[in-house]
Amino acid sequence: MHPEKPIEMKQFISFVRKEFHHIFRDRTTMAILLILPVLMLLLFGYAINTEVKNSKIAVYDPSNDTYTRAIIEKMQASEYFSVVKMLKNEQEMSEQFKSGEVKMVIAFSENFHENLLHTGDAQIALIADATDPNSAKSVVNYATAIIAGYQLESQQLQQIPFQIDTQIKLLYNPQMKGAYNFVPGVMGMILMLICAMMTSISIAREKEMGTMEVLLVSPVKPAMLIIAKTIPYFFISLINLTTILLISVFILGVPVAGSLFWLLALSLVYIFVNLSLGLVISSVVNNQQTALLISGMVLMLPVIMLSGMMFPIENMPVFFQWISQLIPAKWYIIGVKQIMIKGLGFSAIMPQLAVLSGMAVLLIAISIKKFKYRLE
Amino acid sequence: MISCNNISKKYKKVQALSDISFEVKPGEIFGLIGPDGAGKTTLFRILTTLILADEGVAAVNGLDVVKDYKLIRERVGYMPGRFSLYQDLSVEENLNFFATVFNTTVEENYALVRDIYQQIEPFKTRKAGKLSGGMKQKLALSCALIHKPTVLFLDEPTTGVDPVSRKEFWGMLKKLQQQGITILVSTPYMDEASLCDRIALIQKGRLLTIDSPGKIADSFKKTLLSVSSENMSMLLTDLRAIPEVESCYAFGDSHHITLKNRTSEYKQEHSDSRRKMADDITVIINNLKVNLEAKNHINVIIKEIKPGIEDCFMELSKNNM
Repeated sequence: MHPEKPIEMKQFISFVRKEFHHIFRDRTTMAILLILPVLMLLLFGYAINTEVKNSKIAVYDPSNDTYTRAIIEKMQASEYFSVVKMLKNEQEMSEQFKSGEVKMVIAFSENFHENLLHTGDAQIALIADATDPNSAKSVVNYATAIIAGYQLESQQLQQIPFQIDTQIKLLYNPQMKGAYNFVPGVMGMILMLICAMMTSISIAREKEMGTMEVLLVSPVKPAMLIIAKTIPYFFISLINLTTILLISVFILGVPVAGSLFWLLALSLVYIFVNLSLGLVISSVVNNQQTALLISGMVLMLPVIMLSGMMFPIENMPVFFQWISQLIPAKWYIIGVKQIMIKGLGFSAIMPQLAVLSGMAVLLIAISIKKFKYRLE
Repeated sequence: MISCNNISKKYKKVQALSDISFEVKPGEIFGLIGPDGAGKTTLFRILTTLILADEGVAAVNGLDVVKDYKLIRERVGYMPGRFSLYQDLSVEENLNFFATVFNTTVEENYALVRDIYQQIEPFKTRKAGKLSGGMKQKLALSCALIHKPTVLFLDEPTTGVDPVSRKEFWGMLKKLQQQGITILVSTPYMDEASLCDRIALIQKGRLLTIDSPGKIADSFKKTLLSVSSENMSMLLTDLRAIPEVESCYAFGDSHHITLKNRTSEYKQEHSDSRRKMADDITVIINNLKVNLEAKNHINVIIKEIKPGIEDCFMELSKNNM
């Protein structure tokens, strides 16, 4: 090592060390920063589950023949349903729904087997509680699939030579696992939260405590000051990224199908975007509370609502589709899905990488230009 | 060392400073004395290049505060009115940090801060936020001094500090002055004015007067009496009701009053007229005492006193309404 480090380097190191002190000494915030991603992932993974598993259903089976019993058994055997009640009449059906005990009722027509054999026209009604439309839809889909599967099976047994079969195949996420969708979303949200929110708050704190005043009346260069601010949060977000990936691979079973390298590269660019976003926010606010509100409301809400994490962008009104283009998280989440879930390579994330890099350069330029070297 | 010419500054509706001009000579302790909201902090921020004045020019060390702000920032030491160090860093860490911020090391300029820093050194591992008010001031002063500034700006350094620490603090300033550092210090405490070489009295953004504390006190030409009795608040009302009393202000344990149409001519040569004057005052005091005792005041004590800076401030501020 050269004994005399250049002055600027020394200043920089001293600044970064100070920032780390701030973070490590604020145990609560530190703990929140490290545990938040884990909690969010597990929460989305287990508590907020849009998957259908062991949905309670009731059955109304007036014909009660071999065919209907077989279908009911199939339902029971699948991991999606558990039959909790056999209904005696149609009146009981509405009672079941009112009490909210079952998600779906399967009602067979009378003389089901006979009708099927002779007229080929037997009916099953799937009646679902659509107060939660998403889960109702999946419940009905699963049931339809099971019934169709059974039909196919029995037709093959009876050697019917020709059969038209409609099949639905779910690409990339055959089990329709929710985790495949929310892992990229949580990654986008956590990295944004930590980078943008924490950076803006930590600069706002200097203004609030009056230390900024002292730093301004010193030879310190603004660019150095703000870059030093971002370093610790950069490292923390790397730790978070690692935790998220480990949890998603080993606990939630979402593999990284594509190149880990490009996934990390994309994440780094995204982290830079958010760090500089935090810097831009800090240049317009003077206290921690405003910084928190802005990064909470102005950043979080659009990310949740418009990034495609919760709601598909294609379903949004055109106006919001346009706005969603401006949200870094949207590009990141798409990119992550391309690599992690579809297992595509660099060429697939080129647009995302390009847009995010552009945003990073623009935001860093704005934040350095907007840095106030006076108090007003 | 510091010069201010016709500086004015307006915040949205408040005129914070109007037409401020003064000069601080090298090696001087210059006090800016005035109550809260007088514009002291605004003036400090203009001089430390933190905000821009609407009108007027100012220079520190011969450098323009607008054009040469970067150079000024390298050379001055600034201690804001609020404690502005990192509360979660220890005493030592704060000092080391600010030393690097100013491209220096604690060792390099230790001689300058030694006297001050030694007093807080036993607590060097304690977090700055856990220090007492007096110790915080010493640490802040050490940090402001660590790069050997030529000019030191201290914005209300003794506000919220106990009397003993205040006294110590002024002792330190005197020592720094001996090392050739020019000091501009502001304070709302009038009693600290006499510790400065020269002072400027400021009120509502205007300078009332600039001179040495002694000369300002001498310029007070009226007879000043201190009055006290058992019931001080009653006394204030009653004094103000007396037609001969021109002004009456509460001053801690007594009220200070001036009388209409009278000037005390201390410097008068003629001994006869001085004696006549003195007799006159005795008569007035007696009359006043009788008057007050008639209004049921007990233990009335009336003395002629020498005016202090605060009396001057009160007198001057009457013309600045």
